Amino acid sequence: MPSPEQCRFAKSHEWAYLEGKEAVVGISDHAQHEITDVVFVELPRIGRRVKGGEACAVVESVKAAFDIYAPLSGEVTQVNAALGQDPALVNRSPYEQGWFFRIRLDDGKEQGALMTHVQYEEFLKAEAHP
Amino acid sequence: MSTVAALRRTALYYTHKDMGAKLVDFHGWELPIQFTSILKEHQAVRAHCGLFDVSHMGQIFAQGRGALEFLQRVASNDVRRAPPGKAVYSHILNESGGVVDDVIISCLSPNRYLVVVNAATTEKDFEWFRKQARDADVELRDQSAGYGMLAIQGPRAAQLLAELVPGCAALPRFGVLEVPLFGQPSIVQRTGYTGEDGFEAVVPNEIVTRLWEELMTRGRSFGLAACGLGARDTLRLEAGFLLYGQDIDDDRTPLEAGYDWVVRWDKGDFIGRDALMRQKERGLGQKWTGLKLRGGGVPRAGTEVFAEGGRCGVLTSATFSPSLQIGVGIGYLTPPNFSEGMRVEVELHGRKVAAEVTALPFYSRPMPKNGS
Repeated sequence: MPSPEQCRFAKSHEWAYLEGKEAVVGISDHAQHEITDVVFVELPRIGRRVKGGEACAVVESVKAAFDIYAPLSGEVTQVNAALGQDPALVNRSPYEQGWFFRIRLDDGKEQGALMTHVQYEEFLKAEAHP
Repeated sequence: MSTVAALRRTALYYTHKDMGAKLVDFHGWELPIQFTSILKEHQAVRAHCGLFDVSHMGQIFAQGRGALEFLQRVASNDVRRAPPGKAVYSHILNESGGVVDDVIISCLSPNRYLVVVNAATTEKDFEWFRKQARDADVELRDQSAGYGMLAIQGPRAAQLLAELVPGCAALPRFGVLEVPLFGQPSIVQRTGYTGEDGFEAVVPNEIVTRLWEELMTRGRSFGLAACGLGARDTLRLEAGFLLYGQDIDDDRTPLEAGYDWVVRWDKGDFIGRDALMRQKERGLGQKWTGLKLRGGGVPRAGTEVFAEGGRCGVLTSATFSPSLQIGVGIGYLTPPNFSEGMRVEVELHGRKVAAEVTALPFYSRPMPKNGS
């Protein structure tokens, strides 16, 4: 599984780790920290076609629900079943055990619109101090 | 940047900020929703103890030879059950039997009472009281601006607070003690909103910060956690306690909320009694009913409930229960006679999730009858 430096990021705080024609998707450490205690994750169904920017999962904390958007378009091929037993994996291990799902990508070009880790860090700084 | 009306702050605002609390707008008050994590704070209160700043709550004092008679008129519970040194939880009703507020009435000495009211309803309550008190020999004073209030809650709360208020451990549940704290006249009562043993301390603003800091320091050896409104909400919901403005309001009666025990029919007349009597004779249309999810997901206030395919109500309070480790909620269901174990469904993000009717409270622990 990836280190944050190897991931690409969406402005809505999801990360995508590209492995050939597939991408693994999760949420950033910043996002899990903002959400705090994750108590439930609703994952997309395997085989679902998702478009980049489409809401396709829900993260629930004690206090609120958060939509998770597919950072890239494609078909969901695998979901992280371990989150059903232990949703707090998202908090403890956002880039490894807390991954959400895997997509088979429609094309390899969309990823150019995502941020690198360095760009994402800059983006977070700008968000915190507009 | 948008311009909003200035939020009110408690004396502890900068203390909360320095501690890194996440602050939110709660009915016009800027208050901590969490210091570290709602789950951790919740668990600290269930296992050890937690400290809450509830200074937003209001304090109305009623004094005079007609004070008891006045309170008996405005309260649904029997205020005679609170002789000096005792408190009683009550609803304040309007003429239609709707709930103006839910309050704790503490008898400080004969003819002198403290009424702790909800933050958002303080002005409304005071106006209502003044209107009802017209001819009575009672002086009403809204002292909310001068007082702060801390709640110390959890199984180890008595041991901790006893270091500063030695008499508190001997107080019975709902016992009230007038006691100087750091030289300032204060009120400590064995009450709370968490379903645990615990205390609420009403103290002059000048010493709130000192009391908070003293408790935080001494609390280290008792597993004390500073707690925000998030944990306060999950704790009270597990205990089945109503949140005014969300679960009850001017249009809901205590009977619909299943709070029949706060209505003392035998105490004599009180405002709203006739309307409640009529409702009781007519029968209830809905009743506040607890549900426990049978699958994953987190219900929220506003979540719709279905039985046999039809919509039967809406949850007014709902969350993930840290103690039960499952989603729970309470809402007004029609018809009002759902019995324990009955299967229903709730709709979460467009999908139906199985749930079952559950007796309230979701969580309870035995309270000490006399002292520790």
